[in-house]
Amino acid sequence: MSLLAPTSQVCSWTQALDDPASLATYVANGGYQALRRVVTEQMPGDAIIAELKTSALRGRGGAGFPTGLKWSFMPRAFPGDKYIVCNSDEGEPGTFKDRDILRYNPHQLIEGMAIAGYVLGAKVGYNYIHGEIFEIYDIFERALKEAREAGYLGDNLFGTDFCFQLHAHHGYGAYICGEETALLESIEGKKGQPRFKPPFPASFGLYGKPTTINNTETLASVPWIMQHGGQAFLELGKPNNGGAKLFSISGHVNKPGNYEVPLGTPFSELLQMAGGVRSGHQLKAVIPGGSSAPVLPAGIMMDCTMDFDSIAKAGSMLGSGAVIVMDETVCMVRALERLSYFYFEESCGQCTPCREGTGWMYRVIHRIEHGQGRPEDMDLLNSVAGHIGGHTICALGDAAAMPVQSFLKHFGHEFEHHIEHKRCMV
Amino acid sequence: MANPDLNSLRLSAESLALIDAEVAKYPSEQKQSAVMAALRIAQTECGWLKPELIEYVADYLEMPAIAAYEVATFYNMYDTQPVGRHKITVCTNLPCALMGANEIAGHLRQKLGIGFGETTEDGRFTLKEGECMGACGDAPMCLHNNHAMHTHLTPEKMDELLDKLK
Repeated sequence: MSLLAPTSQVCSWTQALDDPASLATYVANGGYQALRRVVTEQMPGDAIIAELKTSALRGRGGAGFPTGLKWSFMPRAFPGDKYIVCNSDEGEPGTFKDRDILRYNPHQLIEGMAIAGYVLGAKVGYNYIHGEIFEIYDIFERALKEAREAGYLGDNLFGTDFCFQLHAHHGYGAYICGEETALLESIEGKKGQPRFKPPFPASFGLYGKPTTINNTETLASVPWIMQHGGQAFLELGKPNNGGAKLFSISGHVNKPGNYEVPLGTPFSELLQMAGGVRSGHQLKAVIPGGSSAPVLPAGIMMDCTMDFDSIAKAGSMLGSGAVIVMDETVCMVRALERLSYFYFEESCGQCTPCREGTGWMYRVIHRIEHGQGRPEDMDLLNSVAGHIGGHTICALGDAAAMPVQSFLKHFGHEFEHHIEHKRCMV
Repeated sequence: MANPDLNSLRLSAESLALIDAEVAKYPSEQKQSAVMAALRIAQTECGWLKPELIEYVADYLEMPAIAAYEVATFYNMYDTQPVGRHKITVCTNLPCALMGANEIAGHLRQKLGIGFGETTEDGRFTLKEGECMGACGDAPMCLHNNHAMHTHLTPEKMDELLDKLK
C-alpha cells in the first residue's frame, strides 16, 4: 500500500506501516520520487498545473477551490521572492485530519510543498500549524530536519539549480488564522486580522510578495497525482470531485476518527465505517463539513454522497470534510448555543457586523436555551444572521451566520418549543 | 532601555537560542515574524507574560512593544495574567461536548473547587475553557500548560493526571 500503488489512500497509507512519520519509511515506499523526477527532468510548470486540472483536485481546507486553477493565478515567471504557504491551522470544530497527515505522513506534505515551490517559483515555504497541537508541530520540525539532512530541502536539490527551503510556523490559539490572509498577517508577526481582497495573495501575499496558500491535505495529494497522473486521481473520485478525501468523524458514532474514502462515497457507507450511530440511538442530524457548514437532518443526509456537489445540492457544504454526528439526545438549541459562542469568542473584531452580530446571536440563543426566549427571537436571529452574512471582510461572518440559519430552518420547532414552554423538548 | 525593570529581566541562554533559531526561519528584515514563537518561549520559561517580559521580547526582536502586546493579547494561548503552575484547558466545543467534555469540565470544577478562568488558592491549578484544538476524534481532551495534549479523558484518567501534577 505504498505511494507507488494507486490505492484509494492518498494521504493515510503510511498509517499501516511501522514508524509511519519517518523519512526511511516514506522513501522506502516511493516517497520523494515525484519531486526528483519533476526537478531533474525539469518538467514545465504548465504541464504540472495541467495535470492538477485533470485531477480535479479541489481545496481540502473548506472552500473546494480547484487547485490547478489557483496555482495558475501565480505570476510564476515574475522575478523576485514568491512564497508557498501551507495552512495547517486546523481549528474548524469537527476537523482533525491535517493533524494525522502531519503526525503520520509529514514527508508527503513536504514533498508536495517542494513540488509547489518548483512550479510556482517559490524558494521558501512556510507551514502554519495550529497552536493547540504543539506535539505535532514538534513531529513536523523533526521531519523537516530529516528532509534537509537527506537533501530533499535546501540548495541545489538533486544537483540542479532548484533551491527550496521550508519552515514551520506555530500558531498560538486563534481560529481566524485559518483564514488565509489572517494566516499571512500572523506569519508576519501581527494580530490575525484578515485583509481585504483584492489584492489576492497571488499578487500581494506574504511580505507583500506573490503567495499561494493551500491546505495540508491538498498539498499532500500533489505527490500522489504526480506519481499516478491526474486521470488516476480523478477516477478515484467522480467528475469535478477528484480523488479520495479524509473525513473526520466525531460526535455520536461508535468509532470516531479519520476515514479516507473516494469522493462520492455514500454517507451511509462512511457512517458504517465509523461504527454507525452509537449503540441504541438514532441519527438525528449531521453537520457534514465542519461547524460552519449548514446542519442537515438525518433524512436528507442519508441520501447524500460525500462530495462537494452532492452536499451542496442538499443545501450544505462539504467544507473540510468534518462530519459531526448527532443522535436523538441532542438539544439543537443547546448545540447551536455552543457553536454561536465559538464564533463570538473567535471573531477578530475587525468588522462591525461580525464583532457585534456574533455576540447578539449568542446572547439571544443563550436566553432561549435558558427559558427566557421571546416570541420574536427567531425572526431576530434570522435578521441578525442575514445582516452578517456577506457583509464582512472574511468568511467568518458567513461561517457564524450559516449554522444559525440552518438550525432554525431545519429544527425551528425545537426553538419554538423552548420559547413557548421555557424548557427543552428533547 | 526605557523601563528600569527590563535591566533585571533576562531570558535564559537556552530560551534565547530557541528564539534565535526562530528568527532564522524568516527573511533577515522580518524579525517580527518570530514574535509568536518568542512570546511562547518566554512564557514557557517564565510562566506568564508580564508586560515587562513582552517589552523585553519586543526589544530583542527590534519591534515596537505595542505590536508585541497586540500579539500577546490577540492569541488565546498567551497568558497576560498570572496562572497556576499547571494550566488545564478543556475544549467544550460541540464535537467535544457531544463526547463528554462537559462532564470532564464539571468534574474538574468540582474537584478543584474553581471555575473556568480561576486559579486554586495554592497556585497549583488554573482551569480554562478552550476552543477547538483540532483533535475532536479523540475527545474529550485537555491541554496541560499549552503543549501536552491528553485525550480520551474519563474522570478517572483526569484524576490520575491531576495527581501527577504537583
